[in-house]
Amino acid sequence: MSLWRKLACGILALVLGAALAANWLAPAGYAKQYREATDSSPSRTHWLGTDEIGRDRFARLLYGTRISLLLAPAAALLSTLMAALIGGLAGYLGGIWARMAMAVTDLFMSLPWLFLLITARALMPLNVSPVVSVLVTFMLLGLLGWTTAARVLCTTAGSLRTSDFIRQARAAGLPKQRLFWMHVVPNLKPVLYAQFWISIPVFILAEANLGILGLGVAEPLPSWGSLLKELEGLVSVGEEPWKFVPLILLVVVVTSFQLLLSRQEEVAA
Amino acid sequence: MMRSLRWKIAGHALSLLATLILGGLLSATLVRLAPGFDTDERELDPHLNAQSLQALHDARRQDHNILHFYFSYMTRAAHGDLGTSLALGQPVRTLLRDRAPLTLRLLATGLALAWMLALTLALSAAWLRLSVYDTLTTVVSGTFLCIPAAVLALLSVLWNVPGSLAIALIVFPHTYRYARNLLVKAYSQPHVITARAKGVGELRILFWHVVPVVTPQLLAVAGVSVSMAVGAAIPVEALCGLAGIGQLAWQAALARDLPLLLNLTILVTLVTLLANSGADVIGHVVKGQAA
Repeated sequence: MSLWRKLACGILALVLGAALAANWLAPAGYAKQYREATDSSPSRTHWLGTDEIGRDRFARLLYGTRISLLLAPAAALLSTLMAALIGGLAGYLGGIWARMAMAVTDLFMSLPWLFLLITARALMPLNVSPVVSVLVTFMLLGLLGWTTAARVLCTTAGSLRTSDFIRQARAAGLPKQRLFWMHVVPNLKPVLYAQFWISIPVFILAEANLGILGLGVAEPLPSWGSLLKELEGLVSVGEEPWKFVPLILLVVVVTSFQLLLSRQEEVAA
Repeated sequence: MMRSLRWKIAGHALSLLATLILGGLLSATLVRLAPGFDTDERELDPHLNAQSLQALHDARRQDHNILHFYFSYMTRAAHGDLGTSLALGQPVRTLLRDRAPLTLRLLATGLALAWMLALTLALSAAWLRLSVYDTLTTVVSGTFLCIPAAVLALLSVLWNVPGSLAIALIVFPHTYRYARNLLVKAYSQPHVITARAKGVGELRILFWHVVPVVTPQLLAVAGVSVSMAVGAAIPVEALCGLAGIGQLAWQAALARDLPLLLNLTILVTLVTLLANSGADVIGHVVKGQAA
């Protein structure tokens, strides 16, 4: 493992650890309002200051990081499973199944990702409880983000189907189901694993975009998207630089994922 | 050559039509099944009596059947009637006509800037072959890749730069990545190395040996970059206060304006498919000429 990858692993472990320990590290809950100190600058009690209704920004950053970092992999898992089911199976079966699966994939891919997300999000009720909004947002990411992975998996499964060892196993009379689970799925694992890791930073960024546009996680629950929404009210960069901390953390985390992913992308390609 | 080109165009036209019809049906189904489809604000009007309310309800009853809803929409659309926006109270056709020029200008400028920046950096990285320079350009593009599009839009408002630049900075890292890889690969081909060793000029190598090889693939990326730019236009227009199609999509999403969303989905699908098919056909022509 190169030095950069080790560093990326270390950063991700540190950020995830801090997010999981939010209950102990945060000075208060994410929704607690300090009415006597609204929109305050960083101080000993509030390391990143407070927002316009007096909530501690550091506490919200820790809890928001927890939500984004735990649910993005969950959405990635969902999308990878869907890709495996649609792409992997279609590629393995081949013929009309593969063509149909790819036609559906093309249909989804013909729409820009963000447009598809906001359209689908708009079709869901907007006035839902914060917990439901978190689930809806990340489930949508998982349900709509499977297309690229499905295409890769369909191609890989298609080439596996025509490979010599599968032909020999088929000729030897191995039942279809056993052939799929014993020989095809294990060979798809590296690609599935790579697609899972590639999806995580994509979903983190997508949630941030939705949050800034007001279509993400609902208040008072924090997420990176809702924390970044605070940048909307800024007049200049130098005025309140501490408001950029969530952005810096997001860029550091996504960069760390990208550094870890360079090898995964090679596998996926 | 001409015959294969005609077949290619016909194939693309058929696939485009099929995708449009399927995409429209899919969005119509989603719109039909979305919560709140059957609600009408006019029903809250205290002036309406029971018979008027029943008449309103009956008028919508036919739309309960998804296929009927979609077919009647397509029939009206074929006659130029795209319906009325529920949130803005204006005909969708007027809204699209008024807002399209701004978005088209924004997309054209943004894409031109993105490609200029990406090709300049990718070409210089492939030419110079300096690992420091290559790392630097990769870090710059990688950083932009890690910033959410909506944050770039907010920063463009903060620094008072045009929205087209924000679109360019959102699209640039993706195009740079592909362009750099393609150019580096083309420059490492044995015939290019031989030409360099023989002292052939850099410009001649570029236009005779590199450009013909990379153009079809770059054109394919150009088609995809249109889709990226359309997606980027949503946060940029919404957050920069630019009254274009992207802002309209955002407003429609926030207001759950389903008829407007259905039209926008079909329009965006059409634009991205046309861009991809156009790039593919031009790539086919270029490949044919190079051969």
